[in-house]
Amino acid sequence: MFAQLLAQHFVHTALWAGAVVAIVSGAIGVFVVTRGMSFAVHAISELGFTGAAGALALGIDPVLGMFGGSLLVGVVLGFLSLRGRERDSAIGSVLAFGLGVGVLLLSLYHGYATEATNLLFGSIVGVSDTQLRNLVIVGAVVLAGLAMLYRPLLFSSVDPEIAAARGVPLRALSVAIFLLLALTTAEAIQVVGVLLVLTLVITPAAAAQRLTGRPALALVLSIAIALVSTEGGILLSLEKSWPTSFFISAISFGAYLAARIFDLWCGRQNRLSWSPPRRLWAVR
Amino acid sequence: MSVVTVDDLALRFGERSLFEDLSFALERGELLAVLGPNGTGKTSLIRILLGLLQPSAGRVVIEGCPPRERCHRIGYVPQQRVFDRDLALRGRDLVRLGLDGHRWGFGRLEDDARARVGSVLAEVGAAAYADAPVGRLSGGEQQRLRVAQALVADPVLILADEPLLSLDLAHQRDVVDLLDARRRSAGTPIVFVTHDVNPVLHTVDRVLYLAPGSWAIGTPDEVMTSTTLSGLYGTEIDVLRVRGRVVVVGTPDDQHVHHVENGH
Repeated sequence: MFAQLLAQHFVHTALWAGAVVAIVSGAIGVFVVTRGMSFAVHAISELGFTGAAGALALGIDPVLGMFGGSLLVGVVLGFLSLRGRERDSAIGSVLAFGLGVGVLLLSLYHGYATEATNLLFGSIVGVSDTQLRNLVIVGAVVLAGLAMLYRPLLFSSVDPEIAAARGVPLRALSVAIFLLLALTTAEAIQVVGVLLVLTLVITPAAAAQRLTGRPALALVLSIAIALVSTEGGILLSLEKSWPTSFFISAISFGAYLAARIFDLWCGRQNRLSWSPPRRLWAVR
Repeated sequence: MSVVTVDDLALRFGERSLFEDLSFALERGELLAVLGPNGTGKTSLIRILLGLLQPSAGRVVIEGCPPRERCHRIGYVPQQRVFDRDLALRGRDLVRLGLDGHRWGFGRLEDDARARVGSVLAEVGAAAYADAPVGRLSGGEQQRLRVAQALVADPVLILADEPLLSLDLAHQRDVVDLLDARRRSAGTPIVFVTHDVNPVLHTVDRVLYLAPGSWAIGTPDEVMTSTTLSGLYGTEIDVLRVRGRVVVVGTPDDQHVHHVENGH
């Protein structure tokens, strides 16, 4: 049965779509985690849901509505470029209201309930050739944007004050990263669904951060973990007919746990190798 | 020619004026300490010198240009802010950002840039932990790396905003010595904001004292006196010299200072 399914065209499409989404999510995740934007990711994806519900109610393609909803919230959050607690409470308020509107829009839509379930929990096997093409185009745009903004984005993420002093345009970068994030989120929703976007955008990057201190290597590892999770999840769901999203989230969470254990285990050795200079200072 | 010229600078927020007609010039190799209680515009002055804040009046010229045009050549050491423990960034990467972090793209690190980062790391004595993630280093180690980051682009001016805050005495001295060494070897002038003059007292050339609504500039012996500070605050202030240290008694945030010192 597994071999038969693997020969199917829709399975190939799903695997390609999964790969595209994993690469883009894993890449942007590194910046999202560094900038502490996890909650914003959640808000953007839930408001993507509101957009999709609105599109369903209007009878147009829900994917369009999703991009619309995500981009709108992304632009607003990017312009506000809030920090810390203020940002969390602002996002929380917007998110709650957006979800409320989404529920209303869904109740106005008298179609199949599976559409809503697919939005919330993902439907990778339903990806068409046209959708795959669109995923590739949007993914390429996000990757090109990240590559172009790489250094100033890293600088402003780790040290906003000094970056600003060096002439890095913080607000413009904030808007740019939120826009790219909105595009990524709208892509990831199609694979893992609104509720599980974090499993591709946050978890792999969080795991990668625990494995290395090198920014470039963290980027590569994050993409690799996202890829293994997505492709592994799709293949496992062919073997056993549980939801794909479950397997994807299980593998990426497994990677995260493994990374934390690795970090804990290495911590002692690292501390030993860095301690001599520190001790010398104390003596002096 | 002076490296920095500040002309008739004023900063007002609505009705409230932080300073008026502030003028001074910084020569090569000069160390200026900016002192004063909280809320008198010390950090705002740094932000004006960086070109990040527009003054209400007056102007700043750095090497004949407005600050923004020289911003890639200003070394900035901010108040110590600890890095996230899990940040995927090594000390080496942090220093490199000071060199080319404002440029677009990934950027390949050329050999001479790599050598430059390496030599600055060695200069500040951070080579031993340059490959460790910055978030796992101590506050003193992180601040050394920030000094290296400020020095790596061969600055024409160094601005340090309370760089000693939350460092212990040994690390305070290290940071002051590193900055001092730079200005002696390369003649880079330094503006050093601090609430306590004592860590820099042995090496500072001039002091700019910002009091609420007035200011004074001069050598420490001219400014840090009972007469000058009493005139600035408009109330009786005593400046004492105790075993080579300057102790100011009677300023509005005096209570606070005692409280902090008792806390140690």
